[in-house]
Amino acid sequence: MKIVAQKPESLTDAQFHYCPGCTHGIIHRLIAECLDEMNLRESAIGICPVGCAVLAYNYFNCDMLEAAHGRAPAVATGVKRMLPDRCVFTYQGDGDLASIGMGEIVHASARGEKITVIFVNNTLYGMTGGQMAPTTLLGQVTTTSPYGRTAEQAGYPIKIAELLAQNEGSAYISRMAVNSPANIRKTKKSIKKAFQTQIDRKGFSLVEILSTCPTNWGLSPIDALKWLEENMIPYYPLGEFKVKEDMQYG
Amino acid sequence: MDKVLMKGNEALAEGAVRAGCRAYFGYPITPSSEIAEYMARKYPKIGGTFLQAESELAAINMVYGAAAAGARVMTASSGPGISLKQEGISFLAEAELPCVIVNISRGGPGLGGIQPAQSDYFQATRGGGHGDYHIMVLAPAGVQEMMDLAIEAFELADKYRIPVMIMAEGTLGQMMEPVVLREQVAEFYNKPWATTGCKNRKPNIINTLHLSPDVLEQRNVHLQNKYINIKLREKRAETYMTEDADIVVVAFGIMARVARKSIMEVRKQGVKVGLIRPITLWPFPDDVVEKVSDTAKIFLSLEISMGQMVEDIKLAVNGRRPVDFYGRIGITPNPEEVSKRLLMLAAEEGLR
Ligand SMILES: Cc1ncc(C[n+]2csc(CCOP(=O)(O)OP(=O)(O)O)c2C)c(N)n1
Ligand code: SF4
Repeated sequence: MKIVAQKPESLTDAQFHYCPGCTHGIIHRLIAECLDEMNLRESAIGICPVGCAVLAYNYFNCDMLEAAHGRAPAVATGVKRMLPDRCVFTYQGDGDLASIGMGEIVHASARGEKITVIFVNNTLYGMTGGQMAPTTLLGQVTTTSPYGRTAEQAGYPIKIAELLAQNEGSAYISRMAVNSPANIRKTKKSIKKAFQTQIDRKGFSLVEILSTCPTNWGLSPIDALKWLEENMIPYYPLGEFKVKEDMQYG
Repeated sequence: MDKVLMKGNEALAEGAVRAGCRAYFGYPITPSSEIAEYMARKYPKIGGTFLQAESELAAINMVYGAAAAGARVMTASSGPGISLKQEGISFLAEAELPCVIVNISRGGPGLGGIQPAQSDYFQATRGGGHGDYHIMVLAPAGVQEMMDLAIEAFELADKYRIPVMIMAEGTLGQMMEPVVLREQVAEFYNKPWATTGCKNRKPNIINTLHLSPDVLEQRNVHLQNKYINIKLREKRAETYMTEDADIVVVAFGIMARVARKSIMEVRKQGVKVGLIRPITLWPFPDDVVEKVSDTAKIFLSLEISMGQMVEDIKLAVNGRRPVDFYGRIGITPNPEEVSKRLLMLAAEEGLR
């Protein structure tokens, strides 16, 4: 018998708690596949955020830490500086990374910290019930922007990939989406590149991934994928924003 | 043994180095910055990690990561910076990650001032952040003790898997005294729980989230049991002329030194005064206070604060003796004014 598909070794047997149709699960699987294929599971140390992925330590079959809200890049810095030959990654939502943890992420990037950040942008705070995030689109209705986000009242959505790409310490920065099989394949490739950037000690690496929250968007899983494509991708363009090939330091 | 003249902050930093600490994360603040500067000079030469973090928030979370990776790690700050670290300290306490946090203390609230103070006593001894926890708190009273207690702090932190704070007034950080350099610590604790990569073992998880009420309660009971154990074994205090004393001053850190001067002065005038110097502020040496209250007539808490330790003394004395208080903030009480206060107290109580 030939096995054509199976659970990656880098995932445990625990059942995901994510809502039906939520793409957090797909992203977990992609990371696990990359860890497997790059033979990184035994040297990987992952840092969970505070957000819907707070329990990710139950799902990844490698050493895991759970950090305070927004502080994962600082925790990852502490781990990586002690264990420079391990593969250290954080998994963070947009409230965690782009709001409360903005200081830590900008400085980890500026320092060229040799860590890999998986940044899940679903335009709102999933775990706490769908409040506005710094990534919420203009006009988007959330529980704390009940009449739609306006620029006067709440300013503009932050483009993290573009922002961090400007930092000299950033070696690989991309934005991907998991709304279609083709995009999922591209996302996996990008995650691999980010891990490779860390292994090659080139600097900081981050993959922003546009993700759905059908529960708080009030949409069916299929409509949520469509909403992502029609609303998020036009504002948050996909692609690689920084690929540092030459520089090698540290 | 040879002695070298050292600044308190540098003696503490060198103590950490001799304890095998090879990682320092911090953000500058007066009067603690010499510790960071010392490590910045030292570590590149001996293969340690010095990192100036973007904030105290980041620094304490870097400590969390380094401690989780199994390293001996330290951060130092003062007043406002220590406040910013409190969320992280709560996480460290629950995750049972050993580390050393130094508060070279200054006066608050708010930005306060840069003069020495002891007004972070409550913050240090009551946990400081959210949740039911304690950290160990050590209070040196001289530059030699800055070094000795730094070494001790790392041993205690690893032994009990607990964050240990060294709280020393800015005075101690800044002043110079001769110091005997201690031996390099050679033996270290095994840390099989550390997140170092899961090669040849099951994955380790370091986590502070416990959504199930039962598990959360169990975790809290586990921590409380650890605290009971620490209280049984680690209370430390120094006593000075308490045997025949009618008035017993309780003072820690630099105030204990002020108290000693006053005690000598006041004893010349026929008033029997003694001193208890808590070395561990948590656990508070209530056993020593309780024992002394068999013979003492009155206690005086002497602090550079508005009266915080007075609560712990009262708890230890448990109503058996009165507990008086003298303290200032921003200004360190000098021996003359303390003597005056002691003489006044003696007159009021008919002890002269
Ligand atoms: C210091 C602190 N503030 C607030 C919270 C409450 N909180 C938990 S998760 C969360 C937002 C998470 O949203 P996001 O990072 O976008 O992740 P998602 O749940 O959408 O995956 C907030 C505000 C907290 N746990 N800690
Ligand atoms: S709340 Fe949203 S982000 Fe969280 S698991 Fe459910 S669908 Fe996913």
